[in-house]
Amino acid sequence: MSTLEIKGLRVSVVTEEGSKEILRGVDLTINSGEVHAIMGPNGSGKSTLAYSIAGHPKYTITSGSVTLDGADVLEMTVDERAKAGLFLAMQYPVEVPGVSVSNFLRTAVTAVRGEAPKVRTWVGEVKEAMSALSMDPAFAERNVNEGFSGGEKKRHEILQMELLKPKIAILDETDSGLDVDALRIVSEGVNRVKENQNLGIMLITHYTRILRYIKPDFVHVFAGGRIVEEGGPELATKLEENGYAEYVTA
Amino acid sequence: MSLATTTNYLTPTGREEPWRFTPLNRIGGLHDPSVELHDRISLEPSDIPAGVTITVEDALAFPPLSANEDQVVTRIREGVSKVLVVTIATNAEVALPIFLVRTILDMNPEISRVQVKAGVNSHATLVISNSGDGIFAEEIELNLAAGSNVRFITLQEWGSKAVHVARHHAIIAKDATFTSFVVTVGGSLVRLLPTVEYTGPGSSAELFGLYFATDGQHLEHRVHVEHGVPGAKSRVNYKGALNGDSARTVWIGDVFIKAAAQGTDTYELNRNLLLSDGARADSVPNLEIDTGDIVGAGHASTTGRFDDEQLFYLMSRGIPSEEARRLVIRGFFSEIVSKLNLDEVEERIMARIDNELATVKI
Ligand SMILES: Nc1ncnc2c1ncn2[C@@H]1O[C@H](COP(=O)(O)OP(=O)(O)OP(=O)(O)O)[C@@H](O)[C@H]1O
Ligand SMILES: [Mg+2]
Repeated sequence: MSTLEIKGLRVSVVTEEGSKEILRGVDLTINSGEVHAIMGPNGSGKSTLAYSIAGHPKYTITSGSVTLDGADVLEMTVDERAKAGLFLAMQYPVEVPGVSVSNFLRTAVTAVRGEAPKVRTWVGEVKEAMSALSMDPAFAERNVNEGFSGGEKKRHEILQMELLKPKIAILDETDSGLDVDALRIVSEGVNRVKENQNLGIMLITHYTRILRYIKPDFVHVFAGGRIVEEGGPELATKLEENGYAEYVTA
Repeated sequence: MSLATTTNYLTPTGREEPWRFTPLNRIGGLHDPSVELHDRISLEPSDIPAGVTITVEDALAFPPLSANEDQVVTRIREGVSKVLVVTIATNAEVALPIFLVRTILDMNPEISRVQVKAGVNSHATLVISNSGDGIFAEEIELNLAAGSNVRFITLQEWGSKAVHVARHHAIIAKDATFTSFVVTVGGSLVRLLPTVEYTGPGSSAELFGLYFATDGQHLEHRVHVEHGVPGAKSRVNYKGALNGDSARTVWIGDVFIKAAAQGTDTYELNRNLLLSDGARADSVPNLEIDTGDIVGAGHASTTGRFDDEQLFYLMSRGIPSEEARRLVIRGFFSEIVSKLNLDEVEERIMARIDNELATVKI
């Protein structure tokens, strides 16, 4: 049983006009096995929250705390956070030219597990995970995200999640850009990891359709850099019908 | 033979265009007529495959094959009495690479001349590796007869004190294909002139380069491709990384398409990756076109810093920063290295690059 606890988190970015506050006091607790959907208008700071938890150097934490099972996440380097059991499926996965997917996966898994995977079982493990996500095995020999379509990049993110077996995962618009079949396949992948690992999930999305596959326990409305309302799955349906107008003007 | 001092060429001062990037005070006197240059055949062949002969010949019997304007090359031509001649027989399909090894262990300035003659329709790969520390100037001319295919790989794996000034000139006949790889990872001052001329249509040259400069290194590559005949093709792709505040690289890419060179197809590219704030990479592509009838001509040059987004992405998957940097750098160079098709050389270069990275904290 793991707990990611975010308390009073305030985050700024450096802009040409100086420092600009994006997150204005975020409070959120995610336990193993829970799915928290985060929905909010463009630019409200959802990705900023995700990146800040993962440790992207662009964001400055001005106050608040993030802990994973009591350990101070904000004190950890980016790689230490992954080793501690955090995973961020990015909204815009990065291309890394000249680095093959297979080399990348093996290096990452070796780092996170603390030992190189057994040669005999590793190839099979990757193959199986790829086939479960309907990824052509040829992707293993391609360079990381280079020339991948939007949907292929998202599948590749979930492939990494399956192999790295995190405790808490943040999925930043993993559903954007997926066709109907891919949405189902990727969702099934997420649910598999959730079942096997008792994964806790922060699911950032604009659409309720992914929530049909990955059932949220909680829905949070994110606006102006903070959570402005919380509820159950019914809140998502309400948002889809009414939009965010009442929260943005509030 | 000791060097005649009766030459009338001008000693470069550093103000001339071809020399303006070169720190002449570090060149070990190779440009200075008052410094004596020792004439020595320094390349040692390892196994010589069938179809290849390697001999030491009298310089007078093997005069230079190409025009030259470089003062150091002029000194070499006047200073050597012997030439190492590598001959690839007509129609020979030499599957195994021809390895030539040079190790210099003292700092007495020395010079050397090499001629490579590839017979009609012959195929071969030549690998020259340079190591040790010395002060060394060389000219290598490669003469590719019609239909021949030569891969020419030079590895500058020098120690930290070496000075290496060289011209590698290929003369490419009708339907011949020349592929060169220049890998420069060692040396204090390295100044290489990979140059190409064509003598018949259907000829092609692909020039690849990889350099990695750390503190105290000046690595200079001056590519010159002369399209003087119709229907020839050239591709140039050099990639460099600089790690350390006093690391310095220079890349010049001169591609000249003469009026007679209709149907020329050329593209040149240079990319530099700066890993330290103080490092400096000069990159000067220069395309001069004197004919309206070309298939394609272009160039690109970029010099950029390490991509933090790539690092973040790799680290967010648990990969420690040192290893993430290593992956990104290996990835940057892999486009070139993977084309070598020589596993042992590829691994050696990548290991050396890892080492260069480790020398300075980024
Ligand atoms: N360097 C910067 N300079 C100025 N503003 C910035 C900078 N970086 C981020 N921002 C702003 O921070 C805000 C939050 O961005 P973020 O990406 O977190 O939004 P989001 O909620 O994920 O939006 P979306 O739904 O479109 O993905 C945006 O208004 C963005 O323009
Ligand atoms: Mg976003």
